[in-house]
Amino acid sequence: MSTLATSLTGAVLAGALPASEPVGAIPATGAASGALWLILLPAISAALLLVLGRRADRWGHLLGVLAPAASFVVAAAIALQLLSAPADQRVQDVDLGSWISAGALDLHAGLRVDTLSVTFVLLVTFVGSLIHVYSIAYMAHDVNRRRFFAYLNLFVASMLVLVLGDSYLLLFFGWEGVGLASYLLIGFWNHEVDARPGHDGDHTVSGVNALENAVAAKKAFVANRVGDLGMLVAMGLLFANVGALDFGSVNAAATGGHLSQGLLTAIGLMLLLAATGKSAQFPLQSWLGDAMAGPTPVSALIHAATMVTAGVYLIVRSQAIFDAAPNARLVVVIIGAITLLYGAVVGCAKDDIKKALAASTMSQIGYMILAAGLGPIGYALAIMHLVSHGFFKAGMFLGAGSVMHGMNDSTDMRRFGGLGKHMKITYATFAAGWLAILGIPPLSGFFTKDPIIEAAFVVQDGQVWRAWVFGLVTLLGAAITSFYMSRLFFMTFEGKERWEDDVHPHESPKLMTAPMIVLAVGSVALGGILASGSRFTQWLAPVTGSHEHGEPVLPALVITIVTLVLVIAAAVLAWQRYARQPVPTTAPAASWLVQAAREDLKQDAVNDGLLVIPGTYATRALVFMDGAVVDGAVTGIARGTVAVGDAARRPQTGFVRQYASTMLLGLVALVVIVLAVQS
Amino acid sequence: MSVTNYVVLAALLFSIGASAVLLRRNAIIVFMGVELMLNATNLALVTFARIHGNLVGQVLAFFVMVVAAAEVVVGLAIIVSIYRTRRSASVDDANLLKDVREPA
Repeated sequence: MSTLATSLTGAVLAGALPASEPVGAIPATGAASGALWLILLPAISAALLLVLGRRADRWGHLLGVLAPAASFVVAAAIALQLLSAPADQRVQDVDLGSWISAGALDLHAGLRVDTLSVTFVLLVTFVGSLIHVYSIAYMAHDVNRRRFFAYLNLFVASMLVLVLGDSYLLLFFGWEGVGLASYLLIGFWNHEVDARPGHDGDHTVSGVNALENAVAAKKAFVANRVGDLGMLVAMGLLFANVGALDFGSVNAAATGGHLSQGLLTAIGLMLLLAATGKSAQFPLQSWLGDAMAGPTPVSALIHAATMVTAGVYLIVRSQAIFDAAPNARLVVVIIGAITLLYGAVVGCAKDDIKKALAASTMSQIGYMILAAGLGPIGYALAIMHLVSHGFFKAGMFLGAGSVMHGMNDSTDMRRFGGLGKHMKITYATFAAGWLAILGIPPLSGFFTKDPIIEAAFVVQDGQVWRAWVFGLVTLLGAAITSFYMSRLFFMTFEGKERWEDDVHPHESPKLMTAPMIVLAVGSVALGGILASGSRFTQWLAPVTGSHEHGEPVLPALVITIVTLVLVIAAAVLAWQRYARQPVPTTAPAASWLVQAAREDLKQDAVNDGLLVIPGTYATRALVFMDGAVVDGAVTGIARGTVAVGDAARRPQTGFVRQYASTMLLGLVALVVIVLAVQS
Repeated sequence: MSVTNYVVLAALLFSIGASAVLLRRNAIIVFMGVELMLNATNLALVTFARIHGNLVGQVLAFFVMVVAAAEVVVGLAIIVSIYRTRRSASVDDANLLKDVREPA
């Protein structure tokens, strides 16, 4: 039996690999030296589409699709080259020359082409290209489709800078670019006239308010800025203590043992803060749900390929720092555990299909952060789950977009139901994603999520209770995930038809279904391909190193079986409640927990109370201080000068005789004084 | 004759000149008042030179005359110029330096 489980979970935890350390970088050769083109292609396309303006309206979307697709071709060539290279040549550097040179400060810009960055590049360009193709049809009626594609390309280009940069500074450059692009895309429908598909310029903005979209975009941007602060502080600490920001120097310093434990922990926590902002982890998770205001392809792109994965990338990329700071790693695991439960609970209560998916992303990223925080045994698992999640989550988001397309842009699952009969392709592809995220073997999610649960059960640093706590949290998370994803699936595709009479659900055009089918194939097969024979762990070993794995506190087979039983039980429960029993079209009154979960567990209220309201008052107090003290001093001096001037002006009457008498009086007074003093 | 008389005369002349400067509006008369004051001073200088028996006061009186003559030339020229432009020789009318703003 245990051999079955081992082969099922892909021998990831079986300790089949000898321990190995990360390898150093060598100058790039062959296809890898052209890595700059990966970034340039979408960047040039974005610039062209924005500069040419309306002139490019007719063919802009084609260029927009071509750019990331071409990037993918380049990425595939580089991946093949790395695959055929021996392990010690799988980390390559492309030097782009001196970037900032000022005295002692000399920063080089360069690209780091290694197995980790190439994995991300493949995911971003492949899934990104599919989303681009989907967007052609989804945004077909939008007058601003060309601008949309320009922003999408910018998004992809920024994400590629983020993952390819060979220093924290270049990573930060892409980091900010991703923030900007997400801001532009979340608030894409921020104009008064509703230009969404099927709403050709009608002024009655139904459901979604243009102002709310702009607010959602701003919220995402501001929450990200809080995280960016962590990134900046971490870079400052690194630069002050290491004197360099490139990964090579930082890793060498972190493993060299010259940096103090406290400093490494501080840097790790700051990097974690950055990751929580970008990856929507607790406590900076509030922007993700609101970000659903953007067009659905944007949500797919944010949740699958770009943006939220950046935090996981950052932590895995900084593995040298986290390896040297166990306390920081423990915090990473705790944050991941909190977020994975948080997202799962919120996901159970949402009636908006996109918001439920968003909560699911939050929860799944929580799994990845948790895995990354587990340290050497988890880095590769985090990235593996990230890749398979990228496929099934993108597939489900595109499926949700397809459902919305057929349902007059409604996102209310209480008004769906029984759509399986009307949208067969969407139904089938969504089902693939649903089963994958549940972790049903032999779909992707099983091979990538199960190892994380097993790894969470492994005792680290001799702390047995931690293994139990984190293990049970991930197990519970898997059960809740199964419940809310099944609820979402059954409410949408099964049960009675609950839509209104003027809605005529229909299948989406081929341009939309084709990417969904490709992603569904990935959702089904990718996990097994990556996990079998530790293939993916070996592939990442030059970057993350590979390590002997400890034994979990429970046998791996028991964990797998318990997980599957819980998952299936939760799915059956959801089927009972949302497929067999009728679903009310308005949300019924419910317990305080459900009520709170419907409001994202009061995260906005907490943010308002803790940050926004005190912030507002602080601003008001500062405005008052500015007016009373700073301006008071300045205007006070001015007023005093004016008063002196007034007093000096009074005697100037223009009468010569008066001046003369004044002189006379002054003279007499002087004489009197002189006489008085002399006598 | 006592020197006191000369000094008193000088003081009287100076007072008359000063009064003329302060009280009269016509610029010519004011000017004459100034001349009177200068000459009163000259008288006082000559008197004290005589009392002390040295020539410093007398020399100074000459200087005052020369300066007064120059001053008359310049002053009269100014007065004529003002009269030509403003059609008035009253010093009260020449008040261009007056602050015209209402007091705050």
